[in-house]
Amino acid sequence: MSPSDAVREGSPDLPEQLDVEAINRRDRQQPLYASRKKIHPKRAEGTFRRLKWLVMAITLGIYYLTPWIRWDRGEFAPDQAVLIDLYNRRFYFFFIEIWPQEFYYVAGLLVMAAVGLFLVTSSVGRAWCGYTCPQTVWVDLFLVVERFVEGDRNRRIKLDAEQMSASKLGKRSLKHGIWLLIALSTGGAWIFYFADAPTLMQDVVTGQAPGIAYMTIGVLTLTTYVFGGLMREQVCTYMCPWPRIQAAMLDEHSLTVTYNAWRGEPRSRHIKKLTREDAQAGDCIDCNACVAVCPMGIDIRDGQQLECITCALCIDACDQVMTKVDRPRGLISYTTLQDYAENMALASRSDGAIDPSKVREPETAQKVRKTTLRSILRPRTMIYFAIWALIGVLMAVSVSTRGRLELNVLHERNPLYVTLSDGRVRNGYTVKILNMMPEPRRIRLSIEGLPGGVMTLPSAKDLPATVLTFDVEPDRLFSQSLFVVAHPRDLDSAQTEFTLTIQDANGSETDSYEANFEKGDEK
Amino acid sequence: MAEKKDIDPVSQVETTGHEWDGIKELNNPLPKWWLYTFYACIAFAAAYSVYYPAIPLIEGATTGIGGYSSRAELQAELTELSASRSGLVERIASLEVSEIQKDGELRRFAIAGGESAFKVYCSQCHGSGAQGAPGYPNLNDDAWIWGGSTEQIRATIAHGVRYEDDPDTRWSEMPAFGRDGLLSRDQIVAVTQYVLSLSDGATDPTVVEDGATVYAENCAACHGNRALGDRQIGAPNLRDAIWLYGGGADDIYAQIQQPKHGVMPGWQSRLGDVTVKQLTLYIHSLGGGE
Repeated sequence: MSPSDAVREGSPDLPEQLDVEAINRRDRQQPLYASRKKIHPKRAEGTFRRLKWLVMAITLGIYYLTPWIRWDRGEFAPDQAVLIDLYNRRFYFFFIEIWPQEFYYVAGLLVMAAVGLFLVTSSVGRAWCGYTCPQTVWVDLFLVVERFVEGDRNRRIKLDAEQMSASKLGKRSLKHGIWLLIALSTGGAWIFYFADAPTLMQDVVTGQAPGIAYMTIGVLTLTTYVFGGLMREQVCTYMCPWPRIQAAMLDEHSLTVTYNAWRGEPRSRHIKKLTREDAQAGDCIDCNACVAVCPMGIDIRDGQQLECITCALCIDACDQVMTKVDRPRGLISYTTLQDYAENMALASRSDGAIDPSKVREPETAQKVRKTTLRSILRPRTMIYFAIWALIGVLMAVSVSTRGRLELNVLHERNPLYVTLSDGRVRNGYTVKILNMMPEPRRIRLSIEGLPGGVMTLPSAKDLPATVLTFDVEPDRLFSQSLFVVAHPRDLDSAQTEFTLTIQDANGSETDSYEANFEKGDEK
Repeated sequence: MAEKKDIDPVSQVETTGHEWDGIKELNNPLPKWWLYTFYACIAFAAAYSVYYPAIPLIEGATTGIGGYSSRAELQAELTELSASRSGLVERIASLEVSEIQKDGELRRFAIAGGESAFKVYCSQCHGSGAQGAPGYPNLNDDAWIWGGSTEQIRATIAHGVRYEDDPDTRWSEMPAFGRDGLLSRDQIVAVTQYVLSLSDGATDPTVVEDGATVYAENCAACHGNRALGDRQIGAPNLRDAIWLYGGGADDIYAQIQQPKHGVMPGWQSRLGDVTVKQLTLYIHSLGGGE
């Protein structure tokens, strides 16, 4: 029976059956390579749609507005709250400033992201795909534009089938024009994370920005337009490794968007007739609303599938229909596989067929398991959360207690030591003082633990000292070559470990370095 | 060829007709994007082989219509490099070493150039870190036979030491006291002990006093009454801790008996004024410059 027959024969007061077919329909699957079928997602309304609008507003807001937030760090550091300064190799995030050697904080964030992925996926399934993935958010945005210009599903299908005309050309140009504008502003926003946003904006507009800025805008404009406007679900299904990885992290207690076949089957357009004849009929009226709204173009009633990004729009669509036909909502719902399996067992007859009446009778209906958010609370997710939170707390403690003054000492290797005419031995070092504060500092360098050891600077060899003072520029590495001189008769072993210490002259912060002194061959 | 298509019953895909042990090859076409990328690569390769040198011949290769050659590219880069340095090099040529030293940028440039020239021309004898070896002076220390000021170092590098091709070369020669019979064996042993005693290293104190007499009569003329040496004539300081040919009793004895005299070539004629000045500043910067 073709779908159009169903419309004619269906009960007149049932919602219309939509002429739509899942792109990956089970019985029509092609091997390995299939040409693309265009999807025209229908507008959905409901709880999850509203949630998705909210998430979209928040994520896009963060993306576009973050570079414009100002944060005062004094005169020696940029006042942009979030800035990745590649040229000077600094990363600024509000009150945190990260130097390249502190990159492990970023590694820590990546570890948190990985554990967070475990946590989110094992508890609420592919929520990342369905709500926050940039691909999903931008495709959603592009669909809004498409719907605004060309109308909803049916109008778009009609327009696609039409001959090219002035009005069709106009609509198409308008749609692609708006898409390109969105893509352009997406690429445009990206570059502001890497330089002072207001200045760069001015430069970009006046054509004075560096070539790499325009190239970045160009590439991101192109990828946004192609991925969000043209390729859409193809990116998720064929290009993205995430679905494969995430699918491997689901278990039978994870929330997934599920068609509850135990109350929906056998689906029928003729529920009234069947009921009249005392035959079995599930709640599903086969209206295909769930397929029509699906941005991935699949039929959730075929069960869990790779393509499903769990955006939950089919839940909204189905709930609307269930309300209309006066059946309980939640024929499609967030459910765990475990609950689904138990309910299936409850509803199945001994021959395996589904008998929905078995879950409708009052005494059995009580046994139906309802999935609630409490399914999230279980040992696996709590362990993930504990690990995730532990890393977060450790990083927070580490960031708030880390030093902003660092000393590194490199021993000159060639030559390792030099014997001077008075019999003393000289070792050369390169002293690197890292002033990680955005303010100039006066740093005192002192030597300890080397008997008779004194420091001299190559520029003033005649002024041996045990304490030297340097003025260090704000937020910079200060490098100085240094000679340390000692007499071999004062030293016991070939190598003597001694300590170089730096201290902020106006503060208490110190750092020290254990260096080696070579006394060389005795003559 | 009016054969009918052979369709594989399982996959519903046409086969190529090739068969091995009952297994047939399916005729799945390549994806279009792959195919066009492949064609684009072929077109690129064809254009590349026309534009750039590509096809090897018996002598050389095709030159390509673009006229590209890696040698020309290198040459252009080297020309550009020397052009970018021209101002600095000319200023080094026109200034005295001590004047170059006062100009921060010029000094850094000269030291960097001197370092790389040192690695090429000097490191064979003086070592890659200028640390020297027995017979070859360590240039890091503060002992200088011919003087450690920039001008003295420059003169030594420019004209060499005992370098016969240069009339301005540094020249010093110590008599072979033992070989030529100027001193007896006992006298040499005594004066060796005296020299060692100057740095508190005498192993046989009984002869030191005799050695002092021998020293005053034979050595003081060049090495000085206090044995501090004389840079004017290249006589080394005998009181310090630095010994070009070794500081043990045997080493010193051997040097009095029959001295070794190292030779350093003069570099002015080979490297030119600018490189010699750069080398001077590099050596001077190693920590012993005066």
